[in-house]
Amino acid sequence: MIGYIDKIKEISKGLLEEKKVDMIIGFRKGTVPMINEPCVAKTSADVDNFVWDSSCGINLANYLTGRKEKIGIIAKGCDSRNIVNHIIENKINREQLTIIGVPCKGMVDRSKVKALVSSDIEEVIEKEDTMVISGADFEKTVKTSDVISKNCTICMHRNPVIFDELVAEEVDEQKDVNRYEDIDKIEAMDSGEKWNYFEDMFKSCIRCYACRNACPLCYCPTCFVDESKPQWVGKSQDPIDIWTFHFLRAYHCAGRCTDCGACVRACPMDIDVRLLTKKLEKDCFEMFNWEAGLSIDKRPPLDVFNADDPDGFIK
Amino acid sequence: MGIEPGRIHFSWVSSAESTKFVDVVKKVTSEVKALGPNKRFVKKKAKVA
Ligand code: SF4
Ligand code: SF4
Repeated sequence: MIGYIDKIKEISKGLLEEKKVDMIIGFRKGTVPMINEPCVAKTSADVDNFVWDSSCGINLANYLTGRKEKIGIIAKGCDSRNIVNHIIENKINREQLTIIGVPCKGMVDRSKVKALVSSDIEEVIEKEDTMVISGADFEKTVKTSDVISKNCTICMHRNPVIFDELVAEEVDEQKDVNRYEDIDKIEAMDSGEKWNYFEDMFKSCIRCYACRNACPLCYCPTCFVDESKPQWVGKSQDPIDIWTFHFLRAYHCAGRCTDCGACVRACPMDIDVRLLTKKLEKDCFEMFNWEAGLSIDKRPPLDVFNADDPDGFIK
Repeated sequence: MGIEPGRIHFSWVSSAESTKFVDVVKKVTSEVKALGPNKRFVKKKAKVA
Protein backbone atom coordinates (compact mmCIF):
# COMPACT_ATOMS: atom_id res chain seq x y z
CA MET A 1 0.00 0.00 0.00
CA ILE A 2 2.93 2.35 0.60
CA GLY A 3 3.47 2.33 -3.16
CA TYR A 4 0.21 4.28 -3.59
CA ILE A 5 1.68 7.57 -2.50
CA ASP A 6 3.30 8.54 -5.81
CA LYS A 7 0.00 8.11 -7.61
CA ILE A 8 -1.87 9.97 -4.85
CA LYS A 9 0.50 12.91 -5.19
CA GLU A 10 0.36 12.86 -8.98
CA ILE A 11 -3.44 12.92 -9.07
CA SER A 12 -3.65 15.52 -6.30
CA LYS A 13 -1.19 17.90 -7.97
CA GLY A 14 -3.00 17.52 -11.29
CA LEU A 15 -6.35 18.41 -9.72
CA LEU A 16 -4.96 21.46 -7.94
CA GLU A 17 -2.98 22.71 -10.92
CA GLU A 18 -5.93 22.34 -13.28
CA LYS A 19 -8.02 24.15 -10.63
CA LYS A 20 -10.57 21.35 -10.60
CA VAL A 21 -10.59 21.54 -6.80
CA ASP A 22 -9.82 24.21 -4.21
CA MET A 23 -8.27 21.80 -1.74
CA ILE A 24 -7.45 18.18 -1.17
CA ILE A 25 -8.01 16.38 2.11
CA GLY A 26 -5.36 13.77 2.80
CA PHE A 27 -2.87 12.61 5.42
CA ARG A 28 0.50 13.88 6.57
CA LYS A 29 2.86 12.13 8.94
CA GLY A 30 1.61 12.25 12.52
CA THR A 31 3.60 13.50 15.48
CA VAL A 32 3.50 10.09 17.14
CA PRO A 33 4.01 6.73 15.38
CA MET A 34 1.05 4.91 13.83
CA ILE A 35 -1.39 7.83 13.73
CA ASN A 36 -1.09 9.94 10.63
CA GLU A 37 -2.98 13.19 10.83
CA PRO A 38 -5.51 14.60 8.41
CA CYS A 39 -4.33 17.62 6.46
CA VAL A 40 -5.56 19.94 3.77
CA ALA A 41 -3.46 20.72 0.70
CA LYS A 42 -4.20 23.88 -1.25
CA THR A 43 -1.07 23.98 -3.40
CA SER A 44 1.18 21.44 -5.10
CA ALA A 45 3.82 22.19 -2.48
CA ASP A 46 1.37 21.17 0.28
CA VAL A 47 0.78 17.89 -1.54
CA ASP A 48 4.45 16.99 -1.00
CA ASN A 49 3.60 16.49 2.68
CA PHE A 50 1.07 13.78 1.90
CA VAL A 51 1.78 10.25 3.12
CA TRP A 52 0.04 6.91 2.67
CA ASP A 53 0.60 3.78 4.72
CA SER A 54 -1.27 1.58 7.18
CA SER A 55 -1.53 4.36 9.76
CA CYS A 56 -4.17 6.33 7.85
CA GLY A 57 -7.05 4.95 9.90
CA ILE A 58 -8.80 8.24 10.60
CA ASN A 59 -11.95 8.70 8.52
CA LEU A 60 -11.53 11.73 6.27
CA ALA A 61 -15.25 12.03 5.48
CA ASN A 62 -15.41 13.69 8.89
CA TYR A 63 -13.91 16.85 7.37
CA LEU A 64 -16.50 17.33 4.63
CA THR A 65 -19.48 18.41 6.72
CA GLY A 66 -21.08 21.56 5.38
CA ARG A 67 -18.09 22.58 3.21
CA LYS A 68 -18.82 24.86 0.30
CA GLU A 69 -15.58 24.50 -1.68
CA LYS A 70 -14.74 22.09 -4.44
CA ILE A 71 -12.87 19.36 -2.64
CA GLY A 72 -10.62 16.47 -3.56
CA ILE A 73 -10.63 13.77 -0.93
CA ILE A 74 -8.61 10.62 -0.49
CA ALA A 75 -10.88 7.73 0.39
CA LYS A 76 -10.36 4.15 1.49
CA GLY A 77 -13.33 1.75 1.31
CA CYS A 78 -14.86 2.92 4.58
CA ASP A 79 -14.22 6.63 3.96
CA SER A 80 -15.99 6.29 0.62
CA ARG A 81 -19.02 4.78 2.36
CA ASN A 82 -19.11 7.63 4.84
CA ILE A 83 -18.88 10.05 1.90
CA VAL A 84 -21.99 8.35 0.49
CA ASN A 85 -23.67 8.86 3.88
CA HIS A 86 -22.73 12.52 3.82
CA ILE A 87 -24.18 12.90 0.33
CA ILE A 88 -27.50 11.24 1.16
CA GLU A 89 -27.74 13.23 4.40
CA ASN A 90 -27.17 16.47 2.47
CA LYS A 91 -23.92 17.34 4.23
CA ILE A 92 -22.04 17.70 0.94
CA ASN A 93 -22.93 17.63 -2.75
CA ARG A 94 -21.55 14.93 -4.99
CA GLU A 95 -20.74 17.63 -7.59
CA GLN A 96 -18.38 19.36 -5.15
CA LEU A 97 -16.23 16.28 -4.76
CA THR A 98 -13.45 14.59 -6.63
CA ILE A 99 -12.95 11.31 -4.82
CA ILE A 100 -9.49 9.79 -5.05
CA GLY A 101 -10.16 6.15 -4.20
CA VAL A 102 -7.62 3.99 -2.40
CA PRO A 103 -8.07 0.20 -2.42
CA CYS A 104 -7.28 -0.67 1.20
CA LYS A 105 -5.57 -3.63 2.83
CA GLY A 106 -6.44 -2.69 6.38
CA MET A 107 -5.23 -0.16 8.91
CA VAL A 108 -3.02 -0.90 11.84
CA ASP A 109 -4.21 -1.35 15.42
CA ARG A 110 -1.75 0.59 17.59
CA SER A 111 -2.56 -1.36 20.70
CA LYS A 112 -1.80 -4.68 18.98
CA VAL A 113 1.62 -3.35 18.00
CA LYS A 114 2.30 -1.86 21.42
CA ALA A 115 1.48 -5.18 23.03
CA LEU A 116 4.35 -6.81 21.13
CA VAL A 117 7.05 -4.77 22.83
CA SER A 118 7.74 -3.77 26.40
CA SER A 119 8.93 -0.19 26.05
CA ASP A 120 7.87 2.90 24.12
CA ILE A 121 7.79 2.76 20.35
CA GLU A 122 9.65 5.73 18.90
CA GLU A 123 9.60 4.97 15.23
CA VAL A 124 7.71 2.79 12.81
CA ILE A 125 8.93 2.36 9.26
CA GLU A 126 6.57 0.64 6.90
CA LYS A 127 7.80 -1.61 4.09
CA GLU A 128 5.61 -3.32 1.52
CA ASP A 129 4.12 -6.01 3.81
CA THR A 130 5.98 -5.45 7.05
CA MET A 131 6.59 -2.77 9.63
CA VAL A 132 9.87 -2.16 11.43
CA ILE A 133 9.12 -0.88 14.91
CA SER A 134 11.89 0.51 17.04
CA GLY A 135 12.50 2.20 20.37
CA ALA A 136 15.41 3.05 22.65
CA ASP A 137 16.50 -0.55 23.13
CA PHE A 138 14.80 -2.67 20.48
CA GLU A 139 14.03 -3.14 16.84
CA LYS A 140 11.43 -5.60 15.63
CA THR A 141 9.84 -6.46 12.31
CA VAL A 142 6.16 -7.41 12.22
CA LYS A 143 3.91 -8.50 9.40
CA THR A 144 1.44 -5.68 8.80
CA SER A 145 -1.44 -8.07 8.15
CA ASP A 146 -0.95 -9.50 11.67
CA VAL A 147 -1.56 -6.18 13.38
CA ILE A 148 -4.48 -4.65 11.49
CA SER A 149 -7.55 -3.46 13.38
CA LYS A 150 -10.41 -5.76 14.26
CA ASN A 151 -12.86 -3.93 12.01
CA CYS A 152 -10.44 -4.20 9.08
CA THR A 153 -10.05 -7.95 9.54
CA ILE A 154 -13.81 -8.34 8.98
CA CYS A 155 -14.21 -5.63 6.33
CA MET A 156 -16.09 -6.64 3.17
CA HIS A 157 -15.70 -3.32 1.32
CA ARG A 158 -12.01 -2.57 1.08
CA ASN A 159 -12.39 -0.97 -2.32
CA PRO A 160 -14.00 2.45 -2.53
CA VAL A 161 -17.68 2.21 -3.47
CA ILE A 162 -17.66 5.61 -5.13
CA PHE A 163 -14.68 7.37 -6.74
CA ASP A 164 -13.52 9.53 -9.62
CA GLU A 165 -9.91 8.39 -9.66
CA LEU A 166 -8.43 5.18 -8.37
CA VAL A 167 -4.79 5.11 -7.26
CA ALA A 168 -4.25 1.39 -7.87
CA GLU A 169 -5.97 -1.77 -9.05
CA GLU A 170 -8.78 -2.92 -6.81
CA VAL A 171 -7.81 -5.38 -4.09
CA ASP A 172 -9.63 -8.70 -3.62
CA GLU A 173 -12.52 -8.37 -1.23
CA GLN A 174 -12.36 -10.67 1.79
CA LYS A 175 -14.76 -13.58 1.74
CA ASP A 176 -15.86 -16.06 4.39
CA VAL A 177 -15.23 -13.71 7.28
CA ASN A 178 -17.39 -13.99 10.36
CA ARG A 179 -18.38 -10.38 10.73
CA TYR A 180 -20.44 -10.77 13.85
CA GLU A 181 -18.39 -13.08 16.05
CA ASP A 182 -18.05 -10.50 18.85
CA ILE A 183 -21.70 -9.55 18.71
CA ASP A 184 -22.88 -13.17 18.70
CA LYS A 185 -20.92 -13.69 21.91
CA ILE A 186 -22.60 -10.74 23.63
CA GLU A 187 -26.04 -11.73 22.35
CA ALA A 188 -25.58 -15.18 23.87
CA MET A 189 -25.14 -13.69 27.36
CA ASP A 190 -28.04 -13.40 29.79
CA SER A 191 -29.02 -9.93 30.93
CA GLY A 192 -26.91 -10.04 34.09
CA GLU A 193 -23.82 -11.06 32.15
CA LYS A 194 -24.45 -8.32 29.64
CA TRP A 195 -24.75 -5.77 32.40
CA ASN A 196 -21.42 -6.85 33.90
CA TYR A 197 -19.79 -6.94 30.49
CA PHE A 198 -20.72 -3.35 29.66
CA GLU A 199 -19.96 -2.18 33.17
CA ASP A 200 -16.46 -3.52 32.73
CA MET A 201 -16.14 -2.17 29.21
CA PHE A 202 -16.96 1.42 30.08
CA LYS A 203 -15.36 1.72 33.49
CA SER A 204 -12.22 3.33 32.08
CA CYS A 205 -14.05 5.85 29.88
CA ILE A 206 -12.93 9.39 30.70
CA ARG A 207 -15.69 10.98 28.60
CA CYS A 208 -13.24 12.87 26.46
CA TYR A 209 -15.62 12.44 23.47
CA ALA A 210 -12.72 11.66 21.14
CA CYS A 211 -14.77 8.75 19.76
CA ARG A 212 -17.61 11.08 18.88
CA ASN A 213 -15.34 13.73 17.45
CA ALA A 214 -13.59 11.23 15.18
CA CYS A 215 -16.87 9.83 13.86
CA PRO A 216 -18.07 11.28 10.55
CA LEU A 217 -21.68 10.57 11.58
CA CYS A 218 -21.43 12.79 14.67
CA TYR A 219 -21.77 16.13 12.96
CA CYS A 220 -24.65 17.69 14.89
CA PRO A 221 -23.89 21.37 15.62
CA THR A 222 -24.71 20.71 19.28
CA CYS A 223 -24.43 17.11 20.43
CA PHE A 224 -27.09 15.93 22.89
CA VAL A 225 -24.38 15.47 25.51
CA ASP A 226 -23.35 19.12 25.27
CA GLU A 227 -26.84 20.53 25.41
CA SER A 228 -27.75 22.08 28.76
CA LYS A 229 -31.28 23.35 28.08
CA PRO A 230 -32.69 20.76 28.36
CA GLN A 231 -29.94 18.62 29.75
CA TRP A 232 -30.54 15.20 28.25
CA VAL A 233 -27.73 13.48 30.07
CA GLY A 234 -25.78 14.21 33.24
CA LYS A 235 -22.31 15.62 32.83
CA SER A 236 -20.71 13.52 35.52
CA GLN A 237 -18.44 10.49 35.55
CA ASP A 238 -21.27 8.45 37.07
CA PRO A 239 -21.36 5.15 35.14
CA ILE A 240 -24.99 5.75 34.21
CA ASP A 241 -24.13 9.09 32.60
CA ILE A 242 -21.27 7.44 30.73
CA TRP A 243 -23.53 4.63 29.53
CA THR A 244 -26.26 7.02 28.50
CA PHE A 245 -23.78 8.88 26.31
CA HIS A 246 -22.50 5.72 24.67
CA PHE A 247 -25.80 3.93 24.11
CA LEU A 248 -27.55 7.01 22.77
CA ARG A 249 -24.66 7.89 20.51
CA ALA A 250 -24.73 4.35 19.16
CA TYR A 251 -28.46 4.62 18.40
CA HIS A 252 -27.85 7.85 16.54
CA CYS A 253 -25.52 5.83 14.30
CA ALA A 254 -28.06 3.09 13.54
CA GLY A 255 -28.25 2.34 9.82
CA ARG A 256 -25.42 4.81 9.22
CA CYS A 257 -22.34 3.29 10.83
CA THR A 258 -19.90 1.84 8.29
CA ASP A 259 -17.76 0.14 10.96
CA CYS A 260 -14.80 2.26 9.89
CA GLY A 261 -13.30 2.02 13.36
CA ALA A 262 -12.29 5.68 13.61
CA CYS A 263 -14.03 5.91 16.99
CA VAL A 264 -11.98 3.06 18.41
CA ARG A 265 -8.71 4.37 17.02
CA ALA A 266 -9.36 7.76 18.59
CA CYS A 267 -9.99 6.37 22.07
CA PRO A 268 -7.10 7.00 24.47
CA MET A 269 -8.40 4.26 26.77
CA ASP A 270 -8.61 1.49 24.14
CA ILE A 271 -12.36 1.00 24.61
CA ASP A 272 -13.98 -0.94 21.78
CA VAL A 273 -16.97 1.38 21.33
CA ARG A 274 -17.63 -0.33 17.98
CA LEU A 275 -19.26 -3.18 19.86
CA LEU A 276 -22.35 -1.02 20.29
CA THR A 277 -22.59 0.30 16.75
CA LYS A 278 -21.71 -3.11 15.34
CA LYS A 279 -24.78 -4.62 17.00
CA LEU A 280 -26.97 -2.05 15.29
CA GLU A 281 -25.15 -2.65 12.04
CA LYS A 282 -25.90 -6.36 12.41
CA ASP A 283 -29.57 -5.68 13.13
CA CYS A 284 -29.85 -3.45 10.07
CA PHE A 285 -28.24 -6.12 7.95
CA GLU A 286 -30.43 -8.92 9.24
CA MET A 287 -33.73 -7.04 9.43
CA PHE A 288 -33.46 -4.69 6.47
CA ASN A 289 -30.72 -6.30 4.39
CA TRP A 290 -28.98 -2.95 4.72
CA GLU A 291 -25.34 -1.98 4.72
CA ALA A 292 -24.67 1.72 5.14
CA GLY A 293 -23.06 3.87 2.52
CA LEU A 294 -23.10 1.60 -0.50
CA SER A 295 -25.26 3.66 -2.85
CA ILE A 296 -26.29 7.28 -3.19
CA ASP A 297 -29.59 6.15 -4.75
CA LYS A 298 -30.98 4.24 -1.81
CA ARG A 299 -32.58 5.67 1.31
CA PRO A 300 -31.51 4.21 4.67
CA PRO A 301 -33.95 1.94 6.57
CA LEU A 302 -34.66 4.48 9.29
CA ASP A 303 -35.73 6.97 6.62
CA VAL A 304 -38.42 4.90 5.01
CA PHE A 305 -41.47 2.91 6.04
CA ASN A 306 -42.36 -0.41 4.52
CA ALA A 307 -45.46 -2.39 5.37
CA ASP A 308 -43.28 -5.47 5.82
CA ASP A 309 -40.79 -3.84 8.22
CA PRO A 310 -40.10 -6.28 11.07
CA ASP A 311 -42.36 -5.49 14.05
CA GLY A 312 -42.32 -8.69 16.09
CA PHE A 313 -41.38 -6.74 19.24
CA ILE A 314 -44.72 -4.86 19.28
CA LYS A 315 -47.23 -6.95 21.18
CA MET B 1 -27.36 -3.79 27.33
CA GLY B 2 -28.34 -5.81 30.35
CA ILE B 3 -31.86 -4.70 31.24
CA GLU B 4 -33.99 -7.78 32.04
CA PRO B 5 -36.16 -8.73 29.04
CA GLY B 6 -39.50 -8.55 30.93
CA ARG B 7 -38.96 -4.94 31.96
CA ILE B 8 -39.55 -3.37 28.58
CA HIS B 9 -42.73 -3.81 26.60
CA PHE B 10 -43.92 -2.39 23.31
CA SER B 11 -47.52 -2.40 22.29
CA TRP B 12 -49.79 -0.73 19.77
CA VAL B 13 -53.24 -0.05 21.16
CA SER B 14 -55.96 1.84 19.35
CA SER B 15 -58.19 4.17 21.39
CA ALA B 16 -61.03 1.81 20.48
CA GLU B 17 -59.31 -1.22 21.99
CA SER B 18 -60.11 -0.72 25.65
CA THR B 19 -59.97 -4.40 26.54
CA LYS B 20 -56.58 -4.78 24.86
CA PHE B 21 -55.35 -1.80 26.84
CA VAL B 22 -56.44 -3.37 30.11
CA ASP B 23 -54.81 -6.68 29.17
CA VAL B 24 -51.55 -4.99 28.26
CA VAL B 25 -51.43 -3.02 31.49
CA LYS B 26 -52.14 -6.15 33.54
CA LYS B 27 -49.46 -8.10 31.72
CA VAL B 28 -46.86 -5.35 32.06
CA THR B 29 -47.48 -4.76 35.75
CA SER B 30 -47.44 -8.44 36.62
CA GLU B 31 -44.24 -9.12 34.72
CA VAL B 32 -42.48 -6.10 36.16
CA LYS B 33 -43.69 -6.95 39.69
CA ALA B 34 -42.29 -10.45 39.28
CA LEU B 35 -38.90 -8.97 38.46
CA GLY B 36 -38.93 -6.69 41.49
CA PRO B 37 -37.51 -3.19 41.73
CA ASN B 38 -35.12 -2.11 39.00
CA LYS B 39 -31.53 -2.03 40.22
CA ARG B 40 -29.82 -1.47 36.92
CA PHE B 41 -29.48 1.83 35.09
CA VAL B 42 -30.36 3.74 38.22
CA LYS B 43 -28.18 6.74 38.96
CA LYS B 44 -27.12 6.98 42.56
CA LYS B 45 -27.76 10.32 44.19
CA ALA B 46 -24.62 12.35 44.74
CA LYS B 47 -23.50 12.30 48.36
CA VAL B 48 -23.53 15.69 50.00
CA ALA B 49 -21.16 16.05 52.94
S1 SF4 C 1 -19.52 4.90 14.96
FE1 SF4 C 1 -17.28 4.45 14.77
S2 SF4 C 1 -17.21 2.80 13.24
FE2 SF4 C 1 -19.25 3.76 13.03
S3 SF4 C 1 -19.01 5.34 11.43
FE3 SF4 C 1 -18.66 6.34 13.44
S4 SF4 C 1 -16.42 6.26 13.73
FE4 SF4 C 1 -16.94 4.77 12.10
S1 SF4 D 1 -12.82 8.18 23.22
FE1 SF4 D 1 -12.79 6.51 24.72
S2 SF4 D 1 -12.47 7.52 26.73
FE2 SF4 D 1 -13.08 9.12 25.26
S3 SF4 D 1 -15.31 9.26 25.51
FE3 SF4 D 1 -14.95 7.81 23.81
S4 SF4 D 1 -14.90 5.76 24.81
FE4 SF4 D 1 -14.68 7.31 26.44
